[in-house]
Amino acid sequence: MSTLITLIVAAVTFGTVLMYGTLGEILTEKTGNLNLGVEGIMYMGGAFGLAGAFYYEKAAGAAASGPLAISIAILSAFVAGMAASAIYSFLTITLRANQNVTGLALSIFGTGIGQFVGEFMRVSEGGYVALSNHLKDAFNATVFPSFFINIPVVGRIFFSHTVFFYLAVILAVLMYLFFKKTRTGMYLTAVGESPSTSDAAGINVTKYKYLGTTIGGGISAIGGMVYIMTTAGCVWNHEGLSGVGWLAVALVIFCIWRPLNAIWGSVLFGAMMIMYLRVSIPFIPTEIYKILPYIVTVIVLVLTSMKNSRDKQPPASLGLNYFREER
Amino acid sequence: MSETKTPLIRLAKRAEMSKGRIYLIRICSIIIALILGCLPMVLTGTNPFAAYSVIIQGSLSRPVYLKQTIRTAIPLLGCAIAIAPCFKMRFWNIGAEGQITMGAVFSTYFALFYADKIPHAPLLIIMFLSGALAGALWALIPAFFKAKWNTNETLFTLMMNYIAIGIVAWLQGGPWEGRKGSQLIPMFSDNARLPMVLGVNCGWIIALVLVVFLYIYMNKTKQGYEIAVIGDSVNTARYAGMNVGWIMMRTMLISGAISGIVGTIIVSGANFTLYKGVANGVGFTSITVAWLSQLNSFAMIAISMILAVLEKGANTLQTRMQVPASIADIITGILLFCMLSSEFFINYKLIFRHKDKKEAMA
Repeated sequence: MSTLITLIVAAVTFGTVLMYGTLGEILTEKTGNLNLGVEGIMYMGGAFGLAGAFYYEKAAGAAASGPLAISIAILSAFVAGMAASAIYSFLTITLRANQNVTGLALSIFGTGIGQFVGEFMRVSEGGYVALSNHLKDAFNATVFPSFFINIPVVGRIFFSHTVFFYLAVILAVLMYLFFKKTRTGMYLTAVGESPSTSDAAGINVTKYKYLGTTIGGGISAIGGMVYIMTTAGCVWNHEGLSGVGWLAVALVIFCIWRPLNAIWGSVLFGAMMIMYLRVSIPFIPTEIYKILPYIVTVIVLVLTSMKNSRDKQPPASLGLNYFREER
Repeated sequence: MSETKTPLIRLAKRAEMSKGRIYLIRICSIIIALILGCLPMVLTGTNPFAAYSVIIQGSLSRPVYLKQTIRTAIPLLGCAIAIAPCFKMRFWNIGAEGQITMGAVFSTYFALFYADKIPHAPLLIIMFLSGALAGALWALIPAFFKAKWNTNETLFTLMMNYIAIGIVAWLQGGPWEGRKGSQLIPMFSDNARLPMVLGVNCGWIIALVLVVFLYIYMNKTKQGYEIAVIGDSVNTARYAGMNVGWIMMRTMLISGAISGIVGTIIVSGANFTLYKGVANGVGFTSITVAWLSQLNSFAMIAISMILAVLEKGANTLQTRMQVPASIADIITGILLFCMLSSEFFINYKLIFRHKDKKEAMA
């Protein structure tokens, strides 16, 4: 039993990273823009998030406060992600460049920037960039008082996580409400489904696409920061971060573009990614576990396309640029 | 009244532009990219002129460097050729990474277990054929589902990459592991290595042959024509009686086979072993190579060389000036952004409002 609980807790930790990446990409894809640059965006989020917290601590010294460091890390990751996506948005929305190619270019660019910043900090700070234990604890602290965590079984599963997890869940719920209950959200969905119809109905397609992709990129970037600050132990670790962005892209499909599914989907994917450390099933090599998320995604992709049910499809205009003049 | 509603800037598709101006715009975009690439260097206190000259020196100045640069360019070029027909068809195959990897896996199988049983030339031929077959089959899976159920190929091929890489990770730590616990597959024996021609593995000859092949295939054959028609309009192709599903699968088979061959070249010509990073992002970078070359196979030679120069030069830059080698990725990214943007100015023209009025009066 305790193994299972440990597995779930670890799955949530890694799942939180994915959840930000996925939620951001859902918002992006809902506008009809397939941003394959999530990998690069999350790298940038990780590097700049760490940089933000690190230089804040350097400036503030021992007086550095945990909550403020967390806010700064979130903010710097978010801004970095927005800036990265803004390049993508400008190229695909205004200059009408191919979305796949631009996204891949952003992946190359973003991983480069992330690596560069991470390496540069390491070299300029004399070999090692890490936060003090005081701030590390702040980033990894649980939110609820120990009374809740000590409730048998349920306590650790639900109450023992970092603030990032609860923020992500709140974000997922907010996004759900945004898409389902608000006019803006519905307009945004409409833009992704059929930009020309939306345009004819008087919706400012360009504005929605810009806002959706840049804010989405910002959210994805937070995931990279969360990875560096929780799983990687507040140290720049590009090896661990590599592939996470692509996994987030996979997860978007698995969630069939619904924010609420991202909550359990990311925990499930997190479990599949870390299961090899915790559970060993005879005859199944551990490395094979790691490809499970991708296989599951492929199956979901195939099944949804075979069933062809209308509410489980990608946004209809996904990957296609909108040219008003070519209507 | 309507004048106030005319936006400040309007866009219009440009008619044919003269070749000279197109090249001028493209060259300008490259220059702008190189200038923008100075930014991260300046911000981190490196002299960009010195850095660029180190990049050029480190990649081209000596025959040894040049050979290494060419070795980097071969897979990029080969894989860009593989991707071109798919992209021409507007079939977004971003699974070259996985197709390379699977090609590498199959050829490694023969390199590991048959190197002492089969003589050199036949062994290499078997390795190439098996690599091509593996890449082709790996590419066929998403193509089949696309043809049959219209499954989104971008996402499907993307997932296939990581499945392939996972398989290698398993082989590395499991059945094909050399020394127990090393997590490494043994190095190939000389029998399974590509011969050198002019100091570089003979992969460059294969890549150049593929360049000519692609040109002929896309421009002079019926199949190439069918691909172009589907790229323009799937419906037109259907009305013309083409079997779109079959053509998609056939094109992906060819594309995957070429990627698989690239995988063979990488393992038997450069790495001499297999590990999970065997494709090393080539499958992704080559997509940008193919696209920036406008799917023109001869232009791919130039673009893949430019990217290889950056990558090789940046390694020298890291050792000589302590600039992180990831600067290559940054400059590559900026270069791609600028060249992607330049296409906009080639295809569209901006019409400003005041100019419009004059036209109306005249």
